[in-house]
Amino acid sequence: MDITTLQIYWWLLISVLGALLVFLLFVQGGQSLLCGAPLKTEARRLMVNSVGRKWEFTYTTLVVFGGAFFAAFPLFYSTSFGGAYWLWMLILISFVLQAVSYEFRSKPGNIYRTQTYDAFLMFNGLFGCVLLGVAVGTMFFGADFTVTRTNLIDSHNPVISQWGSLHGLEAILNLKCLLLGLMVFMLARTQAGLYFVNNIDAPHVFGNTIRRSVLVNGTIFAVLFVGFVVVLSLQSGYRYDSAGVMTQESNIYLHNLLDMPWTLAMVGVGAVLVLYAIYRTAFSSTWRCGVWYSGAGTVLVVMALFFIAGYNNTAYLPSTADAQSSLTIVNSSSSLFTLKVMGCASLVIPVVLAYIFYTWRRINNRPLTPAEIDTDHHAY
Amino acid sequence: MNELIGTIDWSRAQFALTAMYHWLFVPLTIGLAFIVAVMETIYVRTGNIAWRGITKFWMTLFGINFACGIATGLILEFEFGTNWSNYSWFVGDIFGAPLAIEGLFAFFMEATFVAVMFFGWKKVGQKFHLTATWLTAFGVTLSALWILVANAWMQHPVGMKFDPAQMRNVMDDFWAVALSPVAINKFFHAVFSGWALAGVFVVGVSCWMLWKKRNTEAATRSIKVGGWIGLAGLLLTIYTGHGSAVQVARVQPMKLAAMEGLYNGSVNQGLVAFGIYNPEAENDPQAKPILGEVSIPGGLSFLANGKFGTFVPGINDLIEGRTITQSGDTIYDLSYADKIARGKEAQDALREYDRATAAGDTVAMRLAARRIEQNYDYFGYGFLDNPRQAIPPVALTFYAFRIMVCLGSALLLIFIVALYVAYNKPRALSNKWLCLLGVLSVPVVWLCSQAGWIVAEVGRQPWVVQDKMTTGVAISDISADSVQLTFWIFAAVFTLLLVAEISIMLRQISSRSLTDIQAPDND
Repeated sequence: MDITTLQIYWWLLISVLGALLVFLLFVQGGQSLLCGAPLKTEARRLMVNSVGRKWEFTYTTLVVFGGAFFAAFPLFYSTSFGGAYWLWMLILISFVLQAVSYEFRSKPGNIYRTQTYDAFLMFNGLFGCVLLGVAVGTMFFGADFTVTRTNLIDSHNPVISQWGSLHGLEAILNLKCLLLGLMVFMLARTQAGLYFVNNIDAPHVFGNTIRRSVLVNGTIFAVLFVGFVVVLSLQSGYRYDSAGVMTQESNIYLHNLLDMPWTLAMVGVGAVLVLYAIYRTAFSSTWRCGVWYSGAGTVLVVMALFFIAGYNNTAYLPSTADAQSSLTIVNSSSSLFTLKVMGCASLVIPVVLAYIFYTWRRINNRPLTPAEIDTDHHAY
Repeated sequence: MNELIGTIDWSRAQFALTAMYHWLFVPLTIGLAFIVAVMETIYVRTGNIAWRGITKFWMTLFGINFACGIATGLILEFEFGTNWSNYSWFVGDIFGAPLAIEGLFAFFMEATFVAVMFFGWKKVGQKFHLTATWLTAFGVTLSALWILVANAWMQHPVGMKFDPAQMRNVMDDFWAVALSPVAINKFFHAVFSGWALAGVFVVGVSCWMLWKKRNTEAATRSIKVGGWIGLAGLLLTIYTGHGSAVQVARVQPMKLAAMEGLYNGSVNQGLVAFGIYNPEAENDPQAKPILGEVSIPGGLSFLANGKFGTFVPGINDLIEGRTITQSGDTIYDLSYADKIARGKEAQDALREYDRATAAGDTVAMRLAARRIEQNYDYFGYGFLDNPRQAIPPVALTFYAFRIMVCLGSALLLIFIVALYVAYNKPRALSNKWLCLLGVLSVPVVWLCSQAGWIVAEVGRQPWVVQDKMTTGVAISDISADSVQLTFWIFAAVFTLLLVAEISIMLRQISSRSLTDIQAPDND
């Protein structure tokens, strides 16, 4: 395989990981829903224990998403993480707090008390989703950075990638990025509701409240999604030629959708699947499979968004400071050799997915009940 | 320039803080996962319900610790980007691959099967549960493999070449990276030290329970499993530690010299068993570097070269490029001053290459590329202004090495005593002094483990990638104030988490815990 094919392949894998990550953010969405459940109630215990059994998948996918970017597109790793310092630090801190909260929240000797850990979970539920959305938003709406490789041998100013002075805070204040962040957040809440419907069997505890929350959160998500699609269609970006020279182009993402009609189909089918899941769950009292429809729809839409960000000679991290510094899958990638090695390693992905699928089904073969939590020595 | 130095120092402090906290949790995770898997195997093979209780007890402690390890590990991975952005580009083509493979092969395995391990007791069969526990232990160990391959590569960069067009290093031999002797030694040394640490933890906690006269039978059984695994781990740690020292002597002789506080080497060089480091030796060539020295004659020569009577260079020898041959002749190779000149030559050639590229002058590009290639082995020295900048902090490395070795040897004795008493004089396990010894060994093993990390990482300074890139050049473009602020945030968060973990562990150990394991539970 030549390097161009491998760059396309690795952007595909990044897209898959990104899409799975957005789906798995239902864990964070579930944490944000704890706000509505009073402390020490059965409802809160059920919700925490339901998503608590999946938090490591989200966490691991985030880590692998970062690792895959490092291996395949190290200049992105170097530029975005080193540049948008505060944005990434806030994301990481929220996930650090999440990592211990499940394990510690109800253990004896828990000196900070359960409500503190639940507050951490809610913090991660809100900020984890919104800020990850903002970070991905910079891939469409640009960021204030330059890349000058010769800086490496300038002892007074040795850093290759330089970012504006706000170091990522400006992205949080960017309304377009924030729109994407809020959309991701509302999607996560919607999917959390769908997951609870699927995974928890306690009608006496929740009644119809979860299905109602799916409708409310899903409606807000749908409105934000429409807004995002409109904003994205109007957004300009950079397209590069065979020499790597960037040229600005209006409505570039709309053009990409039209140039690659299969991405348009993915967005369309994905959106319908998510809306179908929301509608049917909200208006049925017995249907529990919504999370799988919305999950599949989410994966399709997010993958399509990554495709229009990086394919079709598009800069996937446009620089607002210097167009020629913008990152593309060509100028930021690893070498042919490394991409080949990583390509071989990626052959294990179907095996990984297979054992995750198998164990997921074994653990989720019966919905969670209050009785199960009462007798589980490892319950959260 | 002062701002730059501030950013470098705070970035180093933050990375050291994160790594040291991470290394508090990780060895216990590695070792305890294995111990729990062995205990569950005993339960499945014997069908003895008491072993299930014991397994669940240690599994609970494993889970509490596992969460903290994951939390600190996340920061560590992303700090390569957030704080070491230049590094991420300069060597990302090589370094990124093990990290991605680690995630793909190991982290998913851990995340998937640890859920079965914790929540699957009633949902899956006994054998599948046992398999999940072993796969968790295997995944934990596998995750250590890839990050240590990456770390070893920084200490001994192999399997790569420099690409002047992109101003970065690119991988050209994956197996040279993955199977480097430095990596293999480092991996086994770290994993076996995890077994030893977890063994001490199990023995120490069990001693605490014996002291309190709770669950004596279960505690004695735990001592036997933890003691054997810990003892095996410690012996193998010592063996691989020797292998690591041989590798250090071969590829990082300056680190070895710092470990010994050795300024002027000699033939049949002794190994310092005891001594006080004299900082005056850093500036005064006449000063004795080690005061009150007690040495093992020829010990360092044997440690470094596998035979007595061989020459081991000291710091001054390395700086001056001096070696003494077997026949006693003094010969000179490249001094550090020469290496700095060659490094600057490589960097000048790189500038020339860049200018020639911009001008489209292919002949000049070729000439510059040749100059780079001829001098690239010393590229990193071009970032130094004088040879003494290539000396790591000697005092810290010297003392950390002694602490590691001395405490490690003491722990060997503790394992032997614990196992002897557990098998031959079980009644003596109620002796409170013996129990106190076991309990006190717990902080000792962590001190030993942290000291080992300090030797490895402080001893290699100023290099982030040996001979190729100094720590000072690897940084991100962030203000020192920003890094200082995140340093204190992480310091506070990690410390609070550590306090929480210790508190929960203590409660688990001293509350219901093992009182339940004698009686079968409901599942």
